[in-house]
Amino acid sequence: MRNTRRMGMAFGLLAATGLLAAGCSSEDSEVSTGGTATSAPGGANCPKDLKIGFFGALTGSDAALGINERNGMRVAFERYKKESGCEVKLEPYDSQGDPAQAPGLASKAVGDSKVVAIIGPAFSGESKQANPIFNEGGLPIITPSATNAALSKNGWKIFHRAVANDDLQGPAAAKFIIGKGAKKIAVIDDASEYGKGLADIVRTKLKEGGATTDVNEAIDPKGSDYSSTVNKVKAANVDAVFYGGYYESAGRLMKQLRDGNVAATFVAGDGSLDAKFLDSASGKGEGAVLLAPGNYTATDQAFIDEYKKLNGGAEPGLYSVEGFDAANHVLAALKAGKTTRADINAYVSTTPYQGLLKNYQYQADGELQGGGDIIVHEVNGGKITLVGPVK
Amino acid sequence: MPSIFAAFEPGAVLTSFWPSVIDGLALGSLYALVALGYTLVYGVLRLINFANSEIFMIGTAGALVGTSLLGISLADPTQAGLGLALALLVCLVISMAFGGAAAVLLELLAYRPLRRRGAPRLSFLISAIGSSLFLAELFARPWLLGRDRKPVPEIVDHAAIFTFKGAIVSLDKVIVIVGALVMMVVIDQFVRRSRLGRGIRAVAQDPETATLMGVNIDRVVTFTFLLGGLMAGAAGLLYEVRFPGTKFDIGFIFGIKSFTAAVLGGIGNLRGALVGGIVLGLLEAFGGAVFGSEWIDVIGFTILVVILMFRPTGLLGESLGKARA
Repeated sequence: MRNTRRMGMAFGLLAATGLLAAGCSSEDSEVSTGGTATSAPGGANCPKDLKIGFFGALTGSDAALGINERNGMRVAFERYKKESGCEVKLEPYDSQGDPAQAPGLASKAVGDSKVVAIIGPAFSGESKQANPIFNEGGLPIITPSATNAALSKNGWKIFHRAVANDDLQGPAAAKFIIGKGAKKIAVIDDASEYGKGLADIVRTKLKEGGATTDVNEAIDPKGSDYSSTVNKVKAANVDAVFYGGYYESAGRLMKQLRDGNVAATFVAGDGSLDAKFLDSASGKGEGAVLLAPGNYTATDQAFIDEYKKLNGGAEPGLYSVEGFDAANHVLAALKAGKTTRADINAYVSTTPYQGLLKNYQYQADGELQGGGDIIVHEVNGGKITLVGPVK
Repeated sequence: MPSIFAAFEPGAVLTSFWPSVIDGLALGSLYALVALGYTLVYGVLRLINFANSEIFMIGTAGALVGTSLLGISLADPTQAGLGLALALLVCLVISMAFGGAAAVLLELLAYRPLRRRGAPRLSFLISAIGSSLFLAELFARPWLLGRDRKPVPEIVDHAAIFTFKGAIVSLDKVIVIVGALVMMVVIDQFVRRSRLGRGIRAVAQDPETATLMGVNIDRVVTFTFLLGGLMAGAAGLLYEVRFPGTKFDIGFIFGIKSFTAAVLGGIGNLRGALVGGIVLGLLEAFGGAVFGSEWIDVIGFTILVVILMFRPTGLLGESLGKARA
């Protein structure tokens, strides 16, 4: 009884604060710094007064990914300005990750004829609402992080996904675990749609690959004590533990496993790939393997330096590189003289672009050619480091 | 998944008997300490103080303040020997002070005005729910805990001291179990033997007669909240010893579980809180081992319902007022 009452009130409160925040948040469009387009060299050939939008959460509790992507875009705009002397505006559409706000913002972007492309939407939920509107308006989009597999099955002509989708993550995780020589594996999830969905795919693929799942458990991500799970994993003497769930419970589970003398490799998906994973693991996160469709950190030092300079010292985070690459893909279209939505869409859809770490060539449905890679990250020396794609 | 009980392993009762006992006791003693806060206030006021879970949360924040005052860093948190004793003592005092102060303030601001106006019982309940939400959201402000999990230095080493038939016995578990038991005994004896304790029991038994006998009800009520808050604060620290890290909503689930423990043991009964907490902790440990962790809550609550069917007032059933000196 208490639960429902409190939850009801909590939702009411959340809704109210959401409204307030929505009312307050309006970030002015940014201009890549420096002089005006006309005074710069090559100014005569510049496309006039164009904007590229970013669509995703920039404020609110889920804003981390959106901010990473937007920050990555800033580097692309800055470099474009330096190279061509032209100026393109970055127009932010801050959805707060809220699917309810997405249609209004999408219509606003479509209605602004100066907006020729959108990087985003960042999340799958808002994508379902906004993408039909973008499709209607012929406004090309490249999402750096919406990984729901069904998004590419809607026949949207403007849809491009710069990362692998969720369907590829589970098989890649199983492949990685088996590739490490693990035979007995514990697969644990948080009973959420994401966590259980991912863990179930991993379970199936592990069995297909000849390994056994000796412990199958679901834990309560809000619970405190995972000892009964830890005791089982300990008793089963497994080689690896896969966890389907988010970083907070992932960190605490890993800590309790290590406290319980379980030394098996800890592997988790993109929901656990966050710096806060290390906080939750209270110093026991070393050696954790975290998989994601995107790059958590960059390896290109020039990119990192410029990123930090443009973003007040912030380090590149998950999907920053994808945001940078996606923006560059659109800017490459501008450089090729494409200035209308239809032309840019055709360019992005057909012309491959070599990004920082991978090649972006899109299939007809907007997925990457070959589906894209799942990237391995490892906690090393108290930091999340990039290892490379699952081979 | 072949069946819903995919992880069903009846043999686990035996194979993981000792690990379940140790872990269940450690968890159960934490439930018991928080349950004290619910049971004391209920015994005196017939009020379920839902905000007790947030008092517990404030207690966990006390550990954060204590460790930072002592300059214990996240990078090298583990203390030993005298340093550990000092750190625990400082943090315990701060956590209990936080918990006690918050509980007394809560009583003064949220409940006393209602009592003065003779408000119906339902108003108290709504006030309790409101205070609970208010405190959680207050601590979610960026200048307090924020919305993200805050890491707390792990002052007690979690490494095994020894293993006993597969059960890992570590210092944090020992401190939690012993610490909680000592607190429970102290408060039980206090309520049974001291003058103020007699006042608490008198008001619990019959508030009107107690007033006629010269008991200052307001003082007794404030004191009851103080005791409950001190215990919830201490529970907050012990929780941090066992599970380092806190968050603004950390008390929510833990509070529900502790309230369940109070009802299981017999709400209003101090020893019932202890029994209920330990029983619930053990049920969760063994339930998780046999049926799989996803069934922990189902098992806990099923047994609660069954026990309440046969013993509607809980395992020990007796109320605070009837406790003998």
